[in-house]
Amino acid sequence: MFIFVKMKEGILDKLKILAESAKYDVSCASSGTTQKSQKGGIGSAHGWGICHSFTEDGRCVSLLKIMMTNYCMFDCAYCVNRRSNDIPRATMTVRELVELTIEFYRRNYIEGLFLSSGVIHSSDHTMERMVRVLKELRTIHKYNGYIHMKSIPGASRELVNEAGLYADRLSVNLEIAREDNLKLLAPEKDHQSIYQPMAYIYQGVLASLEERKHFKHAPRFAPAGQSTQMIIGATSETDREILQLSTALYRRPSIKRVYYSGYIPVNSYDARLPALKQAPLVRENRLYQADWLMRFYGFQENEIVDDSYPNLDLEVDPKLAWALRHPDKFPVDLNKAEYAMILRVPGIGIKSAKLIIATRRYGKITASTLKKIGVVMKKAQFFITCHELPRVTVHEAHPEYVRQFLTQKKSAKKESDQRQLSILFPD
Amino acid sequence: MLIFIYDKTFEGLLTAVFDAYNRRMFPDKLIGEGEPEPLFTQEVHRVINDPEKSNRVWSGVQQKISKHACNMLLCVWLSELPGCDELILRYVRKVFDRSYSIEMNFADDDVLEVTKIARKVGKEKHYLMEFVRFQKASDDVFFAPVSPLYNALPLAISFFKDRFSYQKWIIYDIKRKYGYYYDLKTVEEIMLSDDTHLLTGKLNEDLMAQDEKLFQDLWKNYFGALTIRERINPKLQRQHMPRRFWKFLTEKQ
Repeated sequence: MFIFVKMKEGILDKLKILAESAKYDVSCASSGTTQKSQKGGIGSAHGWGICHSFTEDGRCVSLLKIMMTNYCMFDCAYCVNRRSNDIPRATMTVRELVELTIEFYRRNYIEGLFLSSGVIHSSDHTMERMVRVLKELRTIHKYNGYIHMKSIPGASRELVNEAGLYADRLSVNLEIAREDNLKLLAPEKDHQSIYQPMAYIYQGVLASLEERKHFKHAPRFAPAGQSTQMIIGATSETDREILQLSTALYRRPSIKRVYYSGYIPVNSYDARLPALKQAPLVRENRLYQADWLMRFYGFQENEIVDDSYPNLDLEVDPKLAWALRHPDKFPVDLNKAEYAMILRVPGIGIKSAKLIIATRRYGKITASTLKKIGVVMKKAQFFITCHELPRVTVHEAHPEYVRQFLTQKKSAKKESDQRQLSILFPD
Repeated sequence: MLIFIYDKTFEGLLTAVFDAYNRRMFPDKLIGEGEPEPLFTQEVHRVINDPEKSNRVWSGVQQKISKHACNMLLCVWLSELPGCDELILRYVRKVFDRSYSIEMNFADDDVLEVTKIARKVGKEKHYLMEFVRFQKASDDVFFAPVSPLYNALPLAISFFKDRFSYQKWIIYDIKRKYGYYYDLKTVEEIMLSDDTHLLTGKLNEDLMAQDEKLFQDLWKNYFGALTIRERINPKLQRQHMPRRFWKFLTEKQ
């Protein structure tokens, strides 16, 4: 502690520099493991994860997201920390990182640590230092909070295995969905160096699960699985290519999340990158919606995007877009339809669908019940029938009209009626 | 109009349920001790809190509905919303009067209302888990003032006890003027005699531990550096982190 007070100025600057460098990483989840506190240890992990603050851009702060160092030997075009950028650089010692994590944790500022790093000397050298931070936290301080560690591309199996013993979640960023595009922007990286550590993590998780079937106290290996991140809008991939890749990744059992990060022009001087005025935030949002549809709503990737629609519709959400393309599946009779089909109705989410299923065992569902339950009737009305007089469904109104009705701007409604003359009272 | 007067405790409310069934007379209104009686009061019954009766009612409820639904009823009580006692009374009556469990019938207004209020109180508990900020005092006790919308602090205590089991802490609800103190072994309820200095949400600097200011500055700096300027969206920030919490948040002070 004494060292900390003495080096106050230095540590303030370092923390700022390293936070600025780490902030573009999207992942912030602290979910996936439940760990009760142990005697003499510090902290616990909460199954659903807890956000502790929200920055002005509305993103949550759950973990102390920080880089061990922002010196980097790579020169990736999309990254602020590329070696050719002239930015302030800093490195934190293992001790500083450990103390910072613990002191922040004790004040309930954070849920745990998210450690990433620029690559110095070699992948293994960097990775080894990162693992030392984790090891010190877990073994010396008996810290039970959440730890997410970014595995360095090209790291060896031994180090990945050691990291898996201490970390709750490991991740390797895919960054660019297509390899030729990755080669273009990051000549020193290839997909092999990314998929390799992913495979190590995957094998480690499976081996540990198998072992724990036989020995209850066998060590856990990255119990919250792994995640990855793709940059959206920096290269020419279509949404279809991105979602196909996500689907392939989700098929592997250990992958819990794929994050999509709208490209922010941090290195606008680089001619290989598109000149964007603003990050493609709507596209990013639509991709997350599609991701949710695939993970929780039982949609297949080829239902959301296909050859004739390779990109997601920016105007309406993917679920509504699917419904408008498939009017033949509607209207859904909420008193009879099965859960999977109710979930597909625009305006009905998982919560409402479950409530509908539970409630209809007691009696018929009516429109007023739906409203009270929390269904978005503005959307849902075109796609459902319930125990009432038939309404105007998507068949009568035609998908084009429904689309127009649901996308019109709110301000358009407020505009005065052209047929009505306004009465003026001159002063 | 039949009025029941009770002592505004949960046990008292359950005793009122017992008395109602015992007398086969159900109150049109429940009021607390000393509250004015409404017009057209014909009969008043004064409920005397009796642990035996209230336990009997509660175990009866527990037998008829799931644990989850029982917790929801407790949440409704902790919401302290006007009329929440009458809502619980109506709900419990429905529980006892039906031969089947009503807890999943969301077409029933009372069931839906209980679910909604319980969800709000649960959210408030979650807010506490998110936004409690401890400040280390000079005597090594970690101190956090809070003022939740609903009385959700008791629900969150087991979480804090588990997570911060290695440090002494106090979480104090300045709105309801009570709090909990953990002394490394057990949690006990406390009341501070003088809490006017807590209203700002910040501990006086002379009461702080030596390194506390440093970590507060570090956290503020870190929080500021984390914002991506290109994506600024204050509305989203307020949506997740309502303004009413800001005065207790170190990074927003």
